[in-house]
Amino acid sequence: MGELKVALVSAERSIWEGSAKSVVAKTPDGEIGILPGHSPVLALLLDAPLRIETTDGTKVLVAVHGGFFSVDSDQVNVIAETAELAEEIDIDRAKAALERAKAAAADDDPAVQAAKRAETRLAVAVGTR
Amino acid sequence: MGAQLRVFRRRIRSVQATKKITKAMELIASSRIVKAQQRLEASTPYLIQLTQAVSAAASHATDIANHPLVRAPEVRDRAAVLVITADRGLAGAYSANAIREAAGLTRLLNEQGLDVTPYVVGRKGVAWYRFRGITMGGQYTGFTDQPTYADARRIGDDLLQAFLTPESEGGIDEIHIVYTHFVNMAVQQVRVRRVLPLEIVDEVVETKAGESLPFPLYEFEPGADTVLDALLPRYIDHAVYTALLMSAASEHAARRRAMKSATDNAEDLIRSLTRQANAARQAEITQEISEIVGGADALASA
Repeated sequence: MGELKVALVSAERSIWEGSAKSVVAKTPDGEIGILPGHSPVLALLLDAPLRIETTDGTKVLVAVHGGFFSVDSDQVNVIAETAELAEEIDIDRAKAALERAKAAAADDDPAVQAAKRAETRLAVAVGTR
Repeated sequence: MGAQLRVFRRRIRSVQATKKITKAMELIASSRIVKAQQRLEASTPYLIQLTQAVSAAASHATDIANHPLVRAPEVRDRAAVLVITADRGLAGAYSANAIREAAGLTRLLNEQGLDVTPYVVGRKGVAWYRFRGITMGGQYTGFTDQPTYADARRIGDDLLQAFLTPESEGGIDEIHIVYTHFVNMAVQQVRVRRVLPLEIVDEVVETKAGESLPFPLYEFEPGADTVLDALLPRYIDHAVYTALLMSAASEHAARRRAMKSATDNAEDLIRSLTRQANAARQAEITQEISEIVGGADALASA
C-alpha cells in the first residue's frame, strides 16, 4: 500500500506538506476518509478540524475555514481560505473571539461565522493538548 | 558668532534631522517591498490549485456559460471600479496615478453609457472622492501597506454582493480593479483588470513544461455545480488579494524612490549650506582681523 502525498495550502501561504497514511475531512455530505488508492474526489470543506495521520504515526490537526480538497492518484491537495495548525492556535485568543462572537447578535451572519471559526479553532487546539 | 553664521548652522541642523527621517522611511520601504513580494509568491500555490479545481469543476458543470458570475448581462448600465491607493502620502505620484487611471476609466465607461460607482481602498483615494462629493460604493482604509487575505475577502464579498443584486435594485453589471502592477523595483504600472463577469476560458492552467494534463475524473462532493458555486467567489477574493499585494509592493517601491530623492536632496542642501556657512565664518574672521589691524593702525598713527 502506498502513501498519500498531502499539501495544505491557504490563501496566504503554504501551511503543511508531507506524506500521510490517511486524511479525514468534513464535507457538506458528511465526513470523508481518504486512504491511499482513493478514487479522484473534489469536495468542499466545512469549517471543521481536518485530521491527517502522517506516515510516522503522528497526527496533525488543522483548523480549516472555507475551502476544498482534491484527491488524485494519492496526491491530496487541501486548499483553504484560512487554515491553522493546532500548535499555532492561541487558545486564549480563540476563546475570547468565541465569547465576542457569541455576545454579538445571534442572527448576525458574520458573527455566527466568526463563532464557528473560533469553535473549530478551539476544537483543534484542545484536541491535541 | 555672527547672526548670519548662526542662521546657516540652524538650517543645516534642521535639514539633517529631516534627512534622518527620510532615510529611515526609505529603509523601511525597501524592506517592505521584499516582504510584500514574498507574500505574493506565497499565495501563488493557492491560485494554481484554485484555478485547476475551477477548471475541473467547470468542465463537469451543467451550464458554465450561463453561470451568474460568468454570463455577461444583456444590458450593461452600471459598473463598479475598485481603485487601490495608499493610506499615507510621501509616496510620490503613486496614489495620484491610480486615481488618474480610475478617472480615465470612469470617463470611458461613462461614454459607453454606464454609471460608475467607485469602491476605494486607501485613505488618499477616499479623501479624493470625498472632496469631490462623489458617492462611493465602499471605502476601505488602514491596511494598504500590509493587506491580509481577510481584507481582500471583505472587499470581495461587497463587490460580489453588488454584482449579484438584481438589475432592478441597482445591481452592478461589471467590476474593474485599478491597481498598480509591480514590474520590478524601478518600474510600476497602473493597470486595469476586469474581474466580473469572469473570463474563465482564458485562464488555462499552465502545467510544468507545458504538458497538458487532462483532468482526472473527479467525483464531486456535493456536486460539480455546487463546488463551482463555492469556488468562483474565491476567485474574485483572490483577484482582489493579488491586486492589494501588488499595489502594496508598488506603494513601498514608490515611497522608497520618493524618500531616496528626498534624502539625496537633503544631502545636496546640507552641502551647499555648509559651503555658505564656511564662507560666512571666513568672512567674519577676515572682518575681525581687519578691524583689529585697522584699530592698531589708528592707535599707532594717533
